[in-house]
Amino acid sequence: MANSILTLNKINKVYNPGEASEVAVLHDIDLEMAKGEFVAIMGPSGSGKSTLLNIIGLLDRPTSGTLSINGQNTSGLEDAELTHLRGHKIGFVFQYHYLISAFTALENVMMPLLVDHGFQTERAEQRAKELIDRVGLSKVAHHRSNDMSGGQQQRVAIARGLAMNPDILLADEPTGNLDTENTKSIFDLLREVNRTSGTSILLITHNHDLGRQCDRIIQVVDGRIVS
Amino acid sequence: MKRWLPFEWIVAIRFLLEGKLQSIFIIVGISIGVGVIVFMSAMLTGLQANFIKRVLTSQAHIQILPPDQLARPQRHGVDEIEDAIIQRPSQRLVSVDQWQKIRRQLEAMPEISVVAPTAAGSALAKRGDASRAITLNGVEPETYFLVVHVPDYLVQGQARLLSDDILIGIDLAKDLGANVGDKLNVTTSNGGARILTIIGLLDFGNKGANSRSTFVSLRTAQSLLGMLGGVATIDLSLKDIYAAEDVAQNIQSSNDVIADSWIKTNAQFFTAIRAQNLTNMLIRVFVGLSVAFGIAAVLVVSVIQRSRDIGILRAMGTSRGQIMRLFLIQGGVLGFFGSLFGSALGGFALIYWHAAARQADGSELFPLVIEYQLFVWTAVLATFTGLLAAMAPALRAAKLDPVVAIRG
Repeated sequence: MANSILTLNKINKVYNPGEASEVAVLHDIDLEMAKGEFVAIMGPSGSGKSTLLNIIGLLDRPTSGTLSINGQNTSGLEDAELTHLRGHKIGFVFQYHYLISAFTALENVMMPLLVDHGFQTERAEQRAKELIDRVGLSKVAHHRSNDMSGGQQQRVAIARGLAMNPDILLADEPTGNLDTENTKSIFDLLREVNRTSGTSILLITHNHDLGRQCDRIIQVVDGRIVS
Repeated sequence: MKRWLPFEWIVAIRFLLEGKLQSIFIIVGISIGVGVIVFMSAMLTGLQANFIKRVLTSQAHIQILPPDQLARPQRHGVDEIEDAIIQRPSQRLVSVDQWQKIRRQLEAMPEISVVAPTAAGSALAKRGDASRAITLNGVEPETYFLVVHVPDYLVQGQARLLSDDILIGIDLAKDLGANVGDKLNVTTSNGGARILTIIGLLDFGNKGANSRSTFVSLRTAQSLLGMLGGVATIDLSLKDIYAAEDVAQNIQSSNDVIADSWIKTNAQFFTAIRAQNLTNMLIRVFVGLSVAFGIAAVLVVSVIQRSRDIGILRAMGTSRGQIMRLFLIQGGVLGFFGSLFGSALGGFALIYWHAAARQADGSELFPLVIEYQLFVWTAVLATFTGLLAAMAPALRAAKLDPVVAIRG
């Protein structure tokens, strides 16, 4: 597919290969995702969803198989190249917000922009303000993460994930810790980002309602894609 | 957020500020260590400078003497000696052979700062019915007073030596009932006699020296001691006092003289100084080590506490090198601030102790030597120690697998 953002070809992941504790987590995963697509990954706990997401996010390497992001094959890349690719092409949102408590909401959003010195502080701050504004948190921009509600924290995490204007946003159960109301608003935010910015989103969720609202659902069971 | 700081610095400083109590405790720990080093080093420098000044301003760094006079046993043939018992001859007062030549040679040596020929011997000082045995030191004031700082010991009169002047110790003056301006009759065993005027009184802080030592001009001593044109010793001052033994051996090997360095004549004192320096160094090393381990321990804990932050920073594209620098900076900053406060602490302790610890008469126990280099070096060394101590935690942080780190 010419306009695919993500191509996985026969991805396998085995932990502790050759040892007694060997565990095969992913089996021959083939997956293709188009640019601008909003895909949900669903499946029971322990089915390998998060491992898959970590491999796609270049946080982990597959045991075998190839992974291309925006047409670029990532196998054989050095650690530094993977880090660079991760910083520029991929955004993350986790189940827990993982904001750095030493910084304010605004500064947390600025972080990815300052990491590789690509942005000057003024520009980073400007961009972070726009993002904070977009997730509706202008009023608490200068609050520390500990002084915000769960929903607000997750919004900041989304703003941070979008800071570098990534090609793909990987969200690992971002609403897992939130109540129904916050779940809905976070999902709406992701949907809105997907529609207005064209950012591809891969969302892991246990929530079938959310899954149904995505463009496509991928079911993972025991490390295999079943539908 | 500071606009001019690089990313690693911003994060490192925020991490330190967030763990305020932890940072404060370790900085206090480093400060105490650095304070001890600064205090001890400065105090020892002061004490040693004082000791050395006391020892070395009252004696020459090197003293050149004529060689011992030996008995020459009669011989019949090779290895055959006539007399079975060789009696050591009495040591007459003789001049250093060709001393003017040796003097010129010594003056040309770059290590030597002052060359002072002296003619010294024993004499009898008489005034009225009282007489006392004295040591007569014939010196050239313009050179000798640079070797032994005689004017520093002057308590009355002036430090001048014309041909009829004599400087005497205060105890000798007391014994003879004499004062500045009084005349003394000085006689020697070989028949020399002269009436000299007391021009000044000296207090060496030592009863023995105060009741025996006298100073006259070189020519006066030469005529009294019967060694016209000769000198008994040549006293030297050196630029580097610790090179004394090497220089002495050098002189002795190229001339037929005996060269005694202060290191040899004050062997015990020198050993004490060396032992003190060694102890000081050992204390510095061990205090330094405990500071280093303190910093390392705090940072290791910080790496564990911050593993999620590290994971998320890695996820957003922070390189391993940046994570490593982030912790190295923390170590360096802790070391630097610890050394800053420690230097201040050590400095204040020194000033306080200098003011509080006094001799019985209220004078200072030792001179206060505060060299700014000591502070600069301590700061550089402590910062470096901080960086070094942060190495292991920084490597550990850089090696963290982001997936594991995020999962905690």
